[in-house]
Amino acid sequence: MQEIPLTQILFVSTALFFIGMYGLFTRRNLITLLMSIELMLNSVNINFVAFNKYLFPDNLDGLFFTLFIITIAAAEAAVAIAIIINLYRSHNSIDVDDATEMKY
Amino acid sequence: MNISAILFYAISTFILSAGILAVTTVKIFRSAIWLLFSLVGIAALYFWMQLEFIAAIQIVVYVGGIVVLIIFSIFLTQNSGKEMNSPKAGKKIFSALAALFGTAFVHNLIVHYEGFSFSSAKPFNPNVAEIGTQMLSTTAHGFILPFEAVSMLLLAAMVGCIVIALRPNNNIESETLNKKD
Repeated sequence: MQEIPLTQILFVSTALFFIGMYGLFTRRNLITLLMSIELMLNSVNINFVAFNKYLFPDNLDGLFFTLFIITIAAAEAAVAIAIIINLYRSHNSIDVDDATEMKY
Repeated sequence: MNISAILFYAISTFILSAGILAVTTVKIFRSAIWLLFSLVGIAALYFWMQLEFIAAIQIVVYVGGIVVLIIFSIFLTQNSGKEMNSPKAGKKIFSALAALFGTAFVHNLIVHYEGFSFSSAKPFNPNVAEIGTQMLSTTAHGFILPFEAVSMLLLAAMVGCIVIALRPNNNIESETLNKKD
């Protein structure tokens, strides 16, 4: 356990965050954008937990931040999917390039 | 290199490769399944850090909740076997370069940062009794205020979801209007 330094866990979470960012840049489908956002939130969770375990083991603040982030991510995913389904009803597509009413 | 380190590298490789496949696969349903594998890998990472409660929450909420929700919405909104439009090559290259640059930059910062102070005054004690006591405690390091705020947020989000996803039903409105007449 102690043989893995904190920096390696941080490197994994950094790589995961930028994988999510790559998905956010390249995808044009709303559901896949949501999936990329979930990946980014998860990388942040790994960071919180790792910092709490390695640097501040005397209290549990990072762990609680992780719990609250998971809760808010669930609420966010539910609202986003409701919006996506509503958009599909009115536009028959969930491509971000097709919803241009509020552009400019 | 002991078994713990080998486990860490295996879990990390699994998470990152499943994540890369989740953002690059052209079929949307496969993308959702790769996302599921990546989230299971993150739960395994929590198990490896001996945080069983967080790992259980991760599996229940993400794997059991969010991914199932995403798969449902894929089934509701489109043909799941259809291939998505591939982005332009220039955009792909630019995004990959940006992601690689960001990863390298942050990795460089982490490697050269010397300020991590490892304090081991008390052992890390993340058992469920400790978490529950602290979650509902009103003293210092108590989290009752965010707990209540987040419960209100969940309620508001659920009501909001139902209102947004309701089908706008014009027949009912006209019927009630007719009854009034």
